Amino acid sequence: MIATGSAPTPTYDSVDAGSELPEVRSRIRRADLIRYCGASGDFNVIHWNERAARGAGLPDVIAHGMLTMAVAARIVTNWVNDPGAVAEYAVRFSRPVVVPDDEDGAELLVTARVAKKLPDHRVRVDIVVRSGADKVLSMARAVVALA
Amino acid sequence: MSLDPSFIGRTYPATEVYEVGREKIREFADAIGDPHPVYRDPDAARAAGYPDVIAPPTFPIVITARIGEQVLFDPELGLDYTKVVHGQQRFVVTRPVRAGDRLTGVLTVDNIQAAAGNDLISTRVDLSTEDGEPVVIAYSMLVARGTSAEPSTSAEPSS
Repeated sequence: MIATGSAPTPTYDSVDAGSELPEVRSRIRRADLIRYCGASGDFNVIHWNERAARGAGLPDVIAHGMLTMAVAARIVTNWVNDPGAVAEYAVRFSRPVVVPDDEDGAELLVTARVAKKLPDHRVRVDIVVRSGADKVLSMARAVVALA
Repeated sequence: MSLDPSFIGRTYPATEVYEVGREKIREFADAIGDPHPVYRDPDAARAAGYPDVIAPPTFPIVITARIGEQVLFDPELGLDYTKVVHGQQRFVVTRPVRAGDRLTGVLTVDNIQAAAGNDLISTRVDLSTEDGEPVVIAYSMLVARGTSAEPSTSAEPSS
């Protein structure tokens, strides 16, 4: 998986509602799903077995929603350069990320902007995650403490 | 089959301690493809103001998902786990989880409802140190697709 985007660390005073964060692109291949199964302990067969995924009514193996949520968080943690600054993080899983058995896998495109400046040097960041034409997370929001 | 609504409001005893290890955090950070040094290097973590390496924001799910199984796998609840997908997830963080933490969780069933032919169950896990310091609260909503007694309409699966 490859992340892009780096910039000076933002401060509360340097950002405004509407400020955009540097985008993150990440590719998820089958091997990444197996690795996440092992690291997370979530071995649900729909994440590694095509036969089981199709049997469950899915088009193919799908990524763990929590893997997508983790990849999406990086747009915020890269931006503030302090993963411990995330005070709240919430998502709805709106569409599955289908991961075909090929070299390309699925690409996630993560974009985000500051939605609101909150008290105590905190900001709310709204995140959008797309895989192809699908918006795979909805209502994805993080509250982050800035310097 | 719909879920047994009498589970709403049920709270489970604090779980056995989960001790957070540096190598588990590194393994998880590798699996999500995040190279940040505060997940791996104690010196980098200390330079950032933490006593030891910290875990990525979604790491608590490793602990809380297992805690949630107390209710999800209870046959009395009536959940068909083969139909379950993840609907929503939220973390409210008091401080980041870090290596050396000895964490225990209290599971509460916040809500059970049927919607569009699906059964929905919302839980929260309050994760704290064994000494009682609050660390993070994980709210999860799981969807069992097409299991409600109501007529089913399609719902997109996720995870």
